[in-house]
Amino acid sequence: MNLIKYTFLITSFLFFLIKNSFACEIKARVSVVGNEFPAIQTVGAGAKKCKGAEVKTNLTADHQKINVAGMSSEPAEYTSAIVANTSIVALLNNDLIRPLDDLVKKHGSKLKKNQLITINGNVMAVAFMANAQHLVYRKDILEKLNISVPKTYEEMLSAAKKIRTSGLAKNPVGGAYKAGWNLAQEFNNMFIGYGGKHFKGNTPEPNVNSDAGIKALNMMKSLSEYMNPDFLTHDSNATNAEFRAGNVILMNMWGSRAATLTDADGVSDAVKKGMDIAGPMTVGGGNIPASTLFWDGWTVAKKISDTEAEATFIAMMNAIDPSIIKDDKVRKQAVWLLDGYTPTDAARGVFAAAKMNTTPYPMLPYAGLMHSAIGAEIADFMQGKENAKKTLSDIEDAYRAAAKEKGFL
Amino acid sequence: MLIFIFLPIISVVLQSVHTPHENVLITVENCDPFGCKKVTSIDHEATKNLKQSEPLGKFVGLDIYFDRGHLAIENFKLIWNNSENIFSFIQSLSNLPFYKAVFFTLTFTFTVTPIMLLLGLLIALGVNSISKKLRGIVIFFSLLPMIVTPLIGSIILFWMIDSRGIIGNLIQWLFNDPNLSLKASTTLTWIMLIVYGVWHAIPFSFIVFYAGLQTVPKDQLESAKIDGANTFEEVIYIIIPHLMPLITFVTLMQLMDNFRVFEPIVGFSAEAHATSLSWIIFNDLGGETRQLSAAATSSILTIIGVIILLSPVLLRTWKDFKFKK
Repeated sequence: MNLIKYTFLITSFLFFLIKNSFACEIKARVSVVGNEFPAIQTVGAGAKKCKGAEVKTNLTADHQKINVAGMSSEPAEYTSAIVANTSIVALLNNDLIRPLDDLVKKHGSKLKKNQLITINGNVMAVAFMANAQHLVYRKDILEKLNISVPKTYEEMLSAAKKIRTSGLAKNPVGGAYKAGWNLAQEFNNMFIGYGGKHFKGNTPEPNVNSDAGIKALNMMKSLSEYMNPDFLTHDSNATNAEFRAGNVILMNMWGSRAATLTDADGVSDAVKKGMDIAGPMTVGGGNIPASTLFWDGWTVAKKISDTEAEATFIAMMNAIDPSIIKDDKVRKQAVWLLDGYTPTDAARGVFAAAKMNTTPYPMLPYAGLMHSAIGAEIADFMQGKENAKKTLSDIEDAYRAAAKEKGFL
Repeated sequence: MLIFIFLPIISVVLQSVHTPHENVLITVENCDPFGCKKVTSIDHEATKNLKQSEPLGKFVGLDIYFDRGHLAIENFKLIWNNSENIFSFIQSLSNLPFYKAVFFTLTFTFTVTPIMLLLGLLIALGVNSISKKLRGIVIFFSLLPMIVTPLIGSIILFWMIDSRGIIGNLIQWLFNDPNLSLKASTTLTWIMLIVYGVWHAIPFSFIVFYAGLQTVPKDQLESAKIDGANTFEEVIYIIIPHLMPLITFVTLMQLMDNFRVFEPIVGFSAEAHATSLSWIIFNDLGGETRQLSAAATSSILTIIGVIILLSPVLLRTWKDFKFKK
């Protein structure tokens, strides 16, 4: 009996030693700000495993409102911001993040080349996952009604009509149509799907008042007729809640949220078993999906000491160590860009998006201004207060006023 | 006064007449997991010297005040010339973000304030006339809406009025219309925000009036009764004149409070239907774009709005004060 006890003690001690020898050691403080979806929670927890100095994380949906302010001070409060190709622009515009080339050479041996985000030849961020919006649907309901999985938004509309007449769901379509950022993102998807270009060439001149813009708006309006009447207040969390409750049958949803969608408490078995994922849809006979590709990655602040920057780099490298995806739960959370990642079932949607040549969200200094102008002006059209043409010219006017103020036009 | 009020306002005024320098744009090659592409970017080196020599930014005078996001002088003229009557004028004007916010802010202020004054007085009179044993508990419950933080209160109500929530369902049942949704209609959203504003503000006017009622001279009330006045006449001719300074005070406080309506719009996610001046400032400051000059301009316009709004009440108080002297 004693022998067993001792062997147990010794082995656990050995395990402890081995585990600690892999742990990361840092010499200065690390403070991370970022979004709050599951994969980023994993990365944040990974950075916190480092020993030797304090590691703080602030993961919140409001990260875009605080990261610029939190990195502008000297020294910066946040030593690293987890961003996407949309949110990195604000940091670049204000010159708040540092080139990482020397740190990549020193500590980045585990990085693959496609993880390095280079701007004008300098590595400015390290990407760890890809993301896109794609179709999430209820297989069981579609099979019951003999509807094939929609590949275009037109098919989605006719499927929605059939589901509504069958009485299985009153408002079968879901979408994050909350006025503001979410609504603008749905417009961007649809606009790109119809072949629209937001700007004239490489200039900051707006170009949304076009045929593609009108078609995109009209398609969004038709879809909204099959949505919960409160759709202008539904962000992706609320839309997911509707899907979990079994009220939504078809929706365009983020890959990063779809994978763990039905893991919440109280989701019925029908929804759990019936949920399935497919690629993004096209629209208007186009072959480019009405969706946008995103990467998520981390940056290192400019206004901190070199020791802090190195500590941050080491901690973040530890957080995205390829070994984290050995855990099945973590592997499922995202489409990881890490070495040795094999796609799970949940990643099919984003993979299909990449394969179908979905357009990446543009990293342009003035893209954010366009995005907020769209988000503010479309709500009037969705409520039927004005026509598509007027809304599009309103968007251009609102964008022009903002771009003039910020020194782009 | 100087440090906490005057200096911040000066700094906001300065910000509102300056904008960031024009960005020097260059075309660079960016690479990400999805490939490399030539895109436009900001040349930080080129703008650095300019930023250092003039850290405030470019002086633009009143340009921001007159742009589309604010007073929109040009659009205003155009709409004025093209409108056939006052209704179409107001309708076209409310398409501009600043005027849209002003319309809601004013509607909110001028409906919530009088309703709240009236209901507060009625509740105070009611509480004052019930048995003393019950008063403590009634006062406690009447104060609850004010104790709840506005943002929390509105988020709680937001879920209750959802078409699947308890109040939303009740309203659907009452009006026998399963498709009725408070959040989907602009008129209903406005009414909902106003009802919420009244609900939240009543305790304040109630407690002030209730305190005032304790000081109403008993002999005046008694002599009025002997002269044959009924309760209504007592309220009109004795209680209200006695409470007048308090009514002015509550009106002043509530006009200011309601003019800066903000939390319910965020809590109810009502930005598609209703925006206020404070919400515009918040929206410009937050997010990726951070339009500081636009936010500063909206702040100055809000301050001017408050001054205009309060001037009649302030003037009256000042006159009373001088008269009494």
